Amino acid sequence: MDEPLIVVVLLLVAASATAAVAVRDPVHQALVLAVLGVALALLFTVLQAPDVGLSQLAVGSVLTPLLLMLSVHRVRRREKGRKGKAR
Amino acid sequence: MTRGVRLIVLALGGAGLAALLVAACLDLPGFGGTWHPYGDRAVEASLSRRTANAIASVNFDQRAFDTLGEMSILFASVVGTVVLLRQTRDEKRGKPEPEEVALPVRRYALIVLPVAVLSGLYVIAHGQLSPGGGFQGGVVAATALHLLYLGADYRALERVRPVGLFEVGDALAASAYVVTGLAAVLAGTAFLANTLLPYGTFNTLASGGTVPLLNAAIGMEVACAAVVLLARFLDQAVEIEKENGER
Repeated sequence: MDEPLIVVVLLLVAASATAAVAVRDPVHQALVLAVLGVALALLFTVLQAPDVGLSQLAVGSVLTPLLLMLSVHRVRRREKGRKGKAR
Repeated sequence: MTRGVRLIVLALGGAGLAALLVAACLDLPGFGGTWHPYGDRAVEASLSRRTANAIASVNFDQRAFDTLGEMSILFASVVGTVVLLRQTRDEKRGKPEPEEVALPVRRYALIVLPVAVLSGLYVIAHGQLSPGGGFQGGVVAATALHLLYLGADYRALERVRPVGLFEVGDALAASAYVVTGLAAVLAGTAFLANTLLPYGTFNTLASGGTVPLLNAAIGMEVACAAVVLLARFLDQAVEIEKENGER
């Protein structure tokens, strides 16, 4: 088994997961989440689980960040509208 | 409950969970290793039914009922989204204005779009043979469609993606899964049992009995579900406004 490769990918996952928590802006968070998704997909592939890796790649790094960003956009648009009305 | 009591309860619960987790982890078999009793049995069962991808055999044959549950979760979440994110009475649809798209982005999106959709369909079609399957391929195909939003504009996307049809497709695919399961009951065996169709030749598209059918149903269900979900979110993000101009 390629132990060093597993260790490297595990560190990558830990780093990107920590970054996803540490970043405060939701838009940036969604982007870091996409990177975390790719890292996890790599981990699953290295651990010989390509099926799970594919799901992770499709859902974790594309669909979830996309839904998050659309929600953030919606909320910000509404906030902007409120501010514009108050002025 | 005061803050102090709450903290004590939290500490007790946390400590109990930590102790159980550590105890469970100490009893785990080592990382890697060659002893895989479940894996060996699953592979044996999948080979006996001539399904090349053992994961597909677990998902759509040995644990087909679990997959039915997962599919229902996705279906229910889509129904919930459609109900929650509908256009309410005090909202109107604005006309999203087309924006200038940078030429490299447009080129990239329009070149990658057909490739990505085709890869998604390929992954669905070969679910019983190679890694992937209905779920993965469905998400890829559905999200790939949205490259049109990046490369062109929202109205181009709306033209190729009639949401009503995808909603019907979602429901049809979900029922197709249940009907395939019921067909086994009518044939005299158990719900979702893979005894209905001949198992075919190993490692060909039609092998595995009902596995390709259930896989295709899941592929269609997931693709339609992802399209409908994204459509509802996009509607909210781009089109729907408050009646009085407030967005």
